[in-house]
Amino acid sequence: MQETKKQTVYLDNSSTTAALKSVRRAMCQAMRDNYANPSSLHRLGMEAERMIEAGRRAAAGLLEAEPEEIYFTSGATEANNIIIRGAAQAYAQRGSHIITSQIEHPSVRLTCRDLQDRGFSVSYLPADERGRVRVDRLREALREDTILCSIMTVNNEVGSIQPLSEIGRELDKKPGPRPLFHTDAVQGVGKVDLPLKEAGIDAMSLSAHKFHGPKGIGVMYLRRGLSVPPLQTGGGQERGLRSGTENTEAIAGMTEAIEWLMQNEEDNRDYLRHLRRRLAELIQQAVPQAVINGAPPGRKHQDVQAPHILNVSVEGIRGEVMVHALEQRGVFASTGAACSTNKRIHSTTLASMPLPQGRIDSAVRLSMSPMNTVDEMKTAAQALKSAAQQLMKG
Amino acid sequence: MRRIYLDHSATTPVHPRVASVVNRYMLADYGNASSVHSFGEAARKALIRAREQVAGLIGAEDREEIIFTSGGTESDNLAIKGAAWYNRKKGKHIVTSAGEHHAVLHACKALKRHGFRITEVGVDSEGRVDPDEVADAIEDDTILVTIMMANNEVGTVQPVAEIAEIARRHEVLFHTDAVQAVGQLDVNVSELGVDMLSISGHKIYGPKGVGALYLRKGTRIRSQQHGGHHERNMRAGTENVAGIAGLGEACALAEEELKFRRSHMIRLRDRLLDGLQESIEGLHINGSRDERLPNNANVSIAGVEGEAMLLGLNAEGIAASSGSACTSETLEASHVLSAMGMKPELAHASVRLTFGRENTEEDVDYVLQVFPGIVSRLRSMSPLDY
Repeated sequence: MQETKKQTVYLDNSSTTAALKSVRRAMCQAMRDNYANPSSLHRLGMEAERMIEAGRRAAAGLLEAEPEEIYFTSGATEANNIIIRGAAQAYAQRGSHIITSQIEHPSVRLTCRDLQDRGFSVSYLPADERGRVRVDRLREALREDTILCSIMTVNNEVGSIQPLSEIGRELDKKPGPRPLFHTDAVQGVGKVDLPLKEAGIDAMSLSAHKFHGPKGIGVMYLRRGLSVPPLQTGGGQERGLRSGTENTEAIAGMTEAIEWLMQNEEDNRDYLRHLRRRLAELIQQAVPQAVINGAPPGRKHQDVQAPHILNVSVEGIRGEVMVHALEQRGVFASTGAACSTNKRIHSTTLASMPLPQGRIDSAVRLSMSPMNTVDEMKTAAQALKSAAQQLMKG
Repeated sequence: MRRIYLDHSATTPVHPRVASVVNRYMLADYGNASSVHSFGEAARKALIRAREQVAGLIGAEDREEIIFTSGGTESDNLAIKGAAWYNRKKGKHIVTSAGEHHAVLHACKALKRHGFRITEVGVDSEGRVDPDEVADAIEDDTILVTIMMANNEVGTVQPVAEIAEIARRHEVLFHTDAVQAVGQLDVNVSELGVDMLSISGHKIYGPKGVGALYLRKGTRIRSQQHGGHHERNMRAGTENVAGIAGLGEACALAEEELKFRRSHMIRLRDRLLDGLQESIEGLHINGSRDERLPNNANVSIAGVEGEAMLLGLNAEGIAASSGSACTSETLEASHVLSAMGMKPELAHASVRLTFGRENTEEDVDYVLQVFPGIVSRLRSMSPLDY
């Protein structure tokens, strides 16, 4: 007997996304026809190099930056590690103080923690009840010997947009040299404006698999004139900043994802906002006791809340229990960031926000992509309702 | 015009079977391996399978001894810097050789700035490391010996088992960069007695951007990239599931084809080397004739610039290289050939042709047909007297 296939609603796009067809096609084509090592001098090597440079121009276009400010890495974790460790080493003469936040991704937070073991002091700024880093606390934390400030663009758990421009202005005011300003923009790119110039951002990290590109490839932006020592040494690729044969096929794939992103940026954002608003409404109708963590939908919150993440709590039901119950109903969500779920660590973002414990324990993250449909939002809200009813009874 | 790819030590074409696995993990099972749900589960299964495939190829006892990385360079960096930082209280001395890949040499150089001491043992005129010299180089505070399994430029196979035995006797960790050896030679970590071994996907018909480090159970090193708890806390970052699945498939393929690849490539290589020696006067075969990678032919032609030779070959549709691809943009003579004591004019005259599983005898015959013509044309223009 043939089983009827249950509808799959993938709402875990902040963990990872499906690669676009054009991405897969470009990668297969690169693996088949354009497989040479870009460092090789022969024609095939030059064709591979051209592919990389096309990718660099695309990434530069996306960030409105110059191609020479773009470096390819194996992903955002590596980019975050290179910038944070590199800046610490490069500016160690000038000072040993680093500012970051309590709501950063582990690749930023734990890298800073590691630097603490090596003699650096780190201030972890708290966030407010909507998940935004508190600028007033930055003012207090800034020291004469602050050399680096790393604050994410959009939080990966609740989707709060961080006040980068305000932070940039505070950094401007610091007497003496301005600390290097880095932002992990993994969750921001394509979803919100990146205030590269306005906030005076020096360095930025991106990951392709969060915007329908391949895994294993990321971008590091480093403003012209800046340089940090590399972490990984060898053949001197990426102008010495990141050795290792370039992942040409993944770069080709990412190039396609970037082009898609740029062509559809406005539509995507409008559509995601629409999906988030519909999902929030449907959930509030279906499960009246559900509360939204982060800012609710609405034009007035547009500047503080990203459109692709809806984090909700149904108090009394633990987040991981709810995620499991949703999965049984074909809806794929997550509690916190994918990187911490295996360890069953509490969502670090929510835990550091001034929220009641019950709300933190019950938080579920639903993250959308432009590939999702309004019908899927209905399915998700119904699944949440039926799961809540079942779990409340028990 | 014919197009013949003879640069397989730089990178290999992706095998169609590998490409289809990569595609599948992007298309259907695209989840993040850290996610709790079934998409994550499928990705985790892919990682387990790939870990078993890699472990199988190199004879690792436990799949948990395999750590996935972004490639050979990262594996080398993680092994060397990771071992150095973890053991820095025990000692600050590392032994390597002058013929290593830059991923190893530059990782060591970077450690030098942090107070580590590096001894580079030499190589003989065939590019071989003398195990006795390694033994002599080991000091009381030596914490790591790193010697490659096979050289990427001249193809010389190193006596790794012997060196590993010496390191073990001195209770020093041993790492080998086996990027060129895997898929061509029998690489068995137990028989070799190595503690750490680096692998790269794109040298064995797998995808670029993925590699592995074998880390013997019980061997402790310090992670170099922090973040999520991936790869048993040894290597943070969302796993490149599609790439890793592709690497696993490439390893399975290598295991199936190992015998064929070896005999096939030895036949092609010897046909080429014999043919060139016969038709070209003043030709030197670089490296060892016996202890040599099956796919490697490296020759120097007196009176001819290697780069000019490459362009000449390229014009005839043949893709080859001089030295390793990573250093081909610099004008310095190959550090490997220099370490072998070769005179600069001969070192600059080297050409590397490296075979792959898809090359044929017709390819060799075509090279033999056009090679002498290019040499005599270049020699007629050369100011050098050979």
